[in-house]
Amino acid sequence: MIPELGQIALIIALALAALQGTLPLIGAHRGDTAMMSLAKPAALAQFGFVLIAFLILVNAFVTSDFSLQYVATNSNSQLPVMFRVAAVWGAHEGSMLLWILILAVWTSAVALRSRSLPLDISARVLGVLGLLSVGTLLFTLFTSNPFLRLQPAASDGVDLNPLLQDPALIIHPPMLYVGYVGLSVAFAFAIAAMLSGKLDRQWARWTRPWTTAAWVFLTLGISLGSWWAYYELGWGGWWFWDPVENASFMPWLAATALFHSLAVTESRGLFKSWTLLLAIMAFSLSLLGTFLVRSGILVSVHAFASDPARGYFILAFLLVVIGIALALYAWRAPSLDTQAGFEATSRETFLLLNNVLLVIAASLILIGTLYPLFVEALDLGKVSVGKDVFELVFIIPMLPLAFLIGVGMHTTWRTGNLAYVLRQFRWLIAVSLVAGIVVPFAVFGSNNVMTALGIIAAIWIMLASIGAPLKLVRGGTALTRSAVGMHLAHFGVGLFTLGATVVSSFGVEADRSISAGQPVTAAGYTFELRSLEEGQGPNYAFLKGVVDVTKDGKPVATLFPEKRRYQRQESLMTEAGIDGRIARDVFVALGDPLGNDAWSVRLQYKPLIRLIWLGTIVMALGGLLALSDRRYRVASAAKTRVTGAESTKRAETAAPGTA
Amino acid sequence: MVRFLVPLGIFVALAAFFVIGLQKDPTLIPSPLLDQQLPAFSMQSLDDEPVPVDHTALAGRPTLLNVWGSWCYNCRVEHDFLMQLSRNDVIDIYGLNWNDAREDARGWLRQFGNPYVASGHDIDGRVAIDFGVYGAPETFLVDGNGTIVHKHIGPLSPDVWLADFVPRLAALDRAVSQ
Repeated sequence: MIPELGQIALIIALALAALQGTLPLIGAHRGDTAMMSLAKPAALAQFGFVLIAFLILVNAFVTSDFSLQYVATNSNSQLPVMFRVAAVWGAHEGSMLLWILILAVWTSAVALRSRSLPLDISARVLGVLGLLSVGTLLFTLFTSNPFLRLQPAASDGVDLNPLLQDPALIIHPPMLYVGYVGLSVAFAFAIAAMLSGKLDRQWARWTRPWTTAAWVFLTLGISLGSWWAYYELGWGGWWFWDPVENASFMPWLAATALFHSLAVTESRGLFKSWTLLLAIMAFSLSLLGTFLVRSGILVSVHAFASDPARGYFILAFLLVVIGIALALYAWRAPSLDTQAGFEATSRETFLLLNNVLLVIAASLILIGTLYPLFVEALDLGKVSVGKDVFELVFIIPMLPLAFLIGVGMHTTWRTGNLAYVLRQFRWLIAVSLVAGIVVPFAVFGSNNVMTALGIIAAIWIMLASIGAPLKLVRGGTALTRSAVGMHLAHFGVGLFTLGATVVSSFGVEADRSISAGQPVTAAGYTFELRSLEEGQGPNYAFLKGVVDVTKDGKPVATLFPEKRRYQRQESLMTEAGIDGRIARDVFVALGDPLGNDAWSVRLQYKPLIRLIWLGTIVMALGGLLALSDRRYRVASAAKTRVTGAESTKRAETAAPGTA
Repeated sequence: MVRFLVPLGIFVALAAFFVIGLQKDPTLIPSPLLDQQLPAFSMQSLDDEPVPVDHTALAGRPTLLNVWGSWCYNCRVEHDFLMQLSRNDVIDIYGLNWNDAREDARGWLRQFGNPYVASGHDIDGRVAIDFGVYGAPETFLVDGNGTIVHKHIGPLSPDVWLADFVPRLAALDRAVSQ
């Protein structure tokens, strides 16, 4: 009985979303206050019913209701409760429901904070979000219903895909979805601005914190996915340029460009059409990601549900949403743009370059990801685009961007004096150059052009993001939280660049055969297999190696790489043994038995790999700090709209470091 | 203002590719073996029968050659349907046990049932290479003359069977009776 209630709740939510997506938009067009006021209660009620449906599905998993097809295929009575909850979003149907729930959460957040917005803006924003809810609810109810019954009920479930039975996977998809879906808010604000024909600096101030918040989640979500791939897939890589990874990375790049562009729109009232286009692009790329993953149009190791019927539905949804948004853009954006001058060395120029380079990077990744599709559609055969190509096309726009960050942070709005900036930071530049060229030789005994460039860029960004605020403080300027957040986030970019450069230049991977009493060496470390132990986990049997790692005769660590065999799905999983330090990881993964008690093992030495994830955490912290800035809290508390003159004054005092 | 139309134009072009892409099956990889004679092979029987499993065993009537392994999740998915085919004597199924440990493979058949007339153990993966195997499961439909009529990638199901196998089997039957 209960699962049917879940389905009914979803149908009621659909009706409420349809209400939320129509009347307030009509009301805003006609200036009808009563119709516009419906948006908020409809949005909150819609959230309530979606939450009920979601909790009913969670309950079905926790109580192992195998009469539901979705539960029977993705859970098992032996599965620990923690993973039963995570199994809710372990496959397609449940993850769609999670998507809908998160959209409803963002919508409610906008509704609850809508008091600070003019009624027509909040009605339009909530109306657009309501239409997005209608599309996803229809999709779920018609093609991906998680509440379908199984006749007869299964006696036990097939079990959750063992790859997904991991703590990081409990939070990775929700985190990523919160980021993906959060970009819908900026999208809705962009559509609202185009519908109303009003786009001022206040608009940018409303939109900016929502974008930053979505970006923070997206950053952490992608980072978690990369961390999971690193230790769970057993290959020791941290990024594979897989279509599904790219699908999450492209919106991230667009969102990064978006909030930089919003900074210009907020402070100077410029780049309006850019900002609108980026807001549309960021969310479109999120939808595109969903389409690519769900339709099976591209074959990927991550793509778990592929079904052409779903593909057609999502494609139609995509065409309607993105098509209308871009048509509206072509119609309305020309009249919204403001032309104003700025010098070639001013901050505006650097932010424009930032936008252009990030969009180029996202476009190249999009082309690379879809290239197999283009080739196939034109009947030129089957191809795949490899990691090498992606790395190359990614570095081309990113390397200049990395150098520009350090300069751009120090420039000022409207006019700029590049020579002055460079003179001020000549010592930092000198230190970065020396560090990039000399340090690799000193530490690793070799260097090359790409490595040196990467390290120079990383050190330069880090020094510049410490140097710039220090200089301001010494000059007597109080730093706003958003300025500190920006510098912190840029410091994170530096950490990430350093980690990525060093690990890809000096990481060592070796496949060896190991057996008890026969130590093997790789990257200066000696690995000795002490023993192999068998045992039983809750829903798997395992074989655990005990490997002593020594360097120059001194013990470093004892690692426990595991092979797990999950009974229900008859599949083998690798759990790597990792000794992680900030300076390096030493990594052992068990391969296959080679006979005579010998095992193949993959040994890895990964210098500074932790900086990759640390860097992304620092970036996200920077975003959070910027979010807590006083002017967003003040802006949301104050019901009165800031007048043009006042906001100009404010923007200028906040100028050093608002971007 | 033409430049504001550029994003829409790019998107429309992309969408056209998606529409075409959706109509193509990404798992449909053309096999160069299609309509060709079965490659000659000989594998040791998984059940230690003295007779090897080879291409001559498949001669004389339409048969299926199914590539499987105990490690392969989708093989488990299609297994019940293979059992159904075998119980109802629809067609003789031969197994190509690929990339597997002998004990694991036998245990798997003991646990889930054995739909195969015989399974060959492809110890070094040579036979799979000759057949251009891309992943497991894969199923080849072979006619009485030893010609490969159809290749299916991925798990078999009643739907796939009705759509891709039944019409071809019917055509083979007609050809024989004429």
